[in-house]
Amino acid sequence: MRAQRIVEICASHRGREGPLLPILHDIQREFGCVDAEAERVIAHELNLSRAEVHGVVSFYHDFSAEPDPRPCIELCRAEACQARGVEELVASAEAAAGERVRLKTVYCLGLCSVGPAARIGDHLHARLDAAALVKLLQSA
Amino acid sequence: MTVVRISEDALALACGADAVAAAFVAAGCTAERVSSWGMHWLEPLAEIDGNGFGPLISGDVAAVLAGTSDKRIGPIADHPFIKRQQRLTFARAGETRPLSLDDYAATGGWSALKRVKSMGSLEVVAEVTHSGLRGRGGAGFPAGIKWRTVLEAQGPRKYVVCNADEGDSGTFADRMLMEGDPFQLLEGMAIAAQAVGAQQGYIYVRSEYPHAISKLNAAIELAKEHIAPFRVEVRVGAGAYVCGEETALLNSIEGKRGEVRAKPPLPAHEGLFGCPTVVHNVLTLAAIPHIMVPGGANLYDSLGIDRSKGTMPIQLAGNVRHGGLFETAFGITLSELIHDIGGGTASGRPVKAVQVGGPLGAYIHPSQFDLPFDYEAYGGADALIGHGGVVVFDDRANMGALARFAFQFCAAESCGKCTPCRIGSTRGVELIDRIRAGGRDADPVEALAQMHNARKDRRSRAEDLQLLEDLCETMQFGSLCALGGFTPYPVRSALKHWPEDFT
Repeated sequence: MRAQRIVEICASHRGREGPLLPILHDIQREFGCVDAEAERVIAHELNLSRAEVHGVVSFYHDFSAEPDPRPCIELCRAEACQARGVEELVASAEAAAGERVRLKTVYCLGLCSVGPAARIGDHLHARLDAAALVKLLQSA
Repeated sequence: MTVVRISEDALALACGADAVAAAFVAAGCTAERVSSWGMHWLEPLAEIDGNGFGPLISGDVAAVLAGTSDKRIGPIADHPFIKRQQRLTFARAGETRPLSLDDYAATGGWSALKRVKSMGSLEVVAEVTHSGLRGRGGAGFPAGIKWRTVLEAQGPRKYVVCNADEGDSGTFADRMLMEGDPFQLLEGMAIAAQAVGAQQGYIYVRSEYPHAISKLNAAIELAKEHIAPFRVEVRVGAGAYVCGEETALLNSIEGKRGEVRAKPPLPAHEGLFGCPTVVHNVLTLAAIPHIMVPGGANLYDSLGIDRSKGTMPIQLAGNVRHGGLFETAFGITLSELIHDIGGGTASGRPVKAVQVGGPLGAYIHPSQFDLPFDYEAYGGADALIGHGGVVVFDDRANMGALARFAFQFCAAESCGKCTPCRIGSTRGVELIDRIRAGGRDADPVEALAQMHNARKDRRSRAEDLQLLEDLCETMQFGSLCALGGFTPYPVRSALKHWPEDFT
């Protein structure tokens, strides 16, 4: 059934030039990962080798081999946010995240003048201090 | 009914613009969602009859409407931050609704494209060349020459690709433009397509910008007929910094690993799917409609200094009091930007360093703050203008740690294709750790040397620094692309000006 759904996703991008990335995004969004099984189906559908598909999946940070059902918060730790003190927030954020929340590091959310910044899904948060970040993690 | 204009730019949203807009609506006002003026320290910024109020929280709304708010900044258009700019690319910022075709047309939108449709390709390319426009993505290559190459190249079809993979820390101009004035980008792409004979275009946007992606998709749908027969598709990246490098980006659109390609062949000859391709940054393409209106090329050429023509949307970021987007002609100094316009650091502490041009740009020491913003002047000072990001650090910054971060970032984001970048970045992290630890850390290279009965003593600091210099040299001249090639800029500049942070 899952394989069938992946076949459908591949088919929905058939009209595109170079459809692999959009396909992988759809699969990642729907199943929370692009695993070996998905790679096999995609390779068959696009007439690529497994190695080619795996090479692409493993290259990009957005795709994961296993699903992680935990809520995810992406904290920007690029230079501009560092200049605004993000590194001092990391320890308390890690403590607040614990095992329950996945605290992910990203490099730039484009909020470089109002950092430290974080993203949960499509929701952005700026001007974070330790208290605001911990609150965000607790409500994630 | 009172009309309140509030930005719907991602940054304004991150600062709470939605809640403020909702509070105005609850108080009986109409909230009109517009693009951002770029005065980020004032976001969320509300505009009522031309007057600005910010930064607001929903609790401020009653006082704003009662006329008693202490957050009134007066007429926005007269604010010094706006007054001092020379806005071309961002001429509509703060003034129009991003997805309103009426607003776009009423402010001169589509007039350049209409004009270009009645011109010959060579004529269009000549005007772009005459304007002096250079690629705004970082490399600064003359746009007209690129267009001419693609125009003359033979291929089964041609492409226009917009590089919207703005991954540099301290930059947000592409994001603001895509969110705030997406039709302008589409018009610029359509003009480029018309000039070189392309039918299909791609905008490669990083996945970290979901708001920009949805705005662009909506804008493409709305503008379809205006840009026809040219077609555009948004392609979403997948979290790889190196895809900002044009050849890696092309591979990524093709559905491959985002590995850089060796040049030649240039993308202008063999680009996307092996076809001649114009690849430009968002800001380059967005400047085109201003150049292709009557007299636009002359105006553009008259702005700026030397070979750096026109305007540059400069992004003031990091620890700066008045951060935001400041578009001005080339030639402005960092000292004006940081002290006069930016108001110094947000923390109130002294400025220690400023990184210009993203994570691969040099750290500029306050003694160099009179350097004019100009491609050649920066190049001469071993620095980069890059995408125009200016990140301010106060005296608490540790430059040794930031140099290490540059190597670490390069190691994490290297595509792996060339050895100087792939291996050199990792060795760089190790070497800086060793130097900062006073040479006391275990050194795997040393262990290796011992196996060959080489010297058994430890390298001195001077030898470590020499090794670092060699490594930077190898990366700079041996890497396939700017990721490995430019990482030495932040490292070397940090070491040169702040050696005390490396002990």
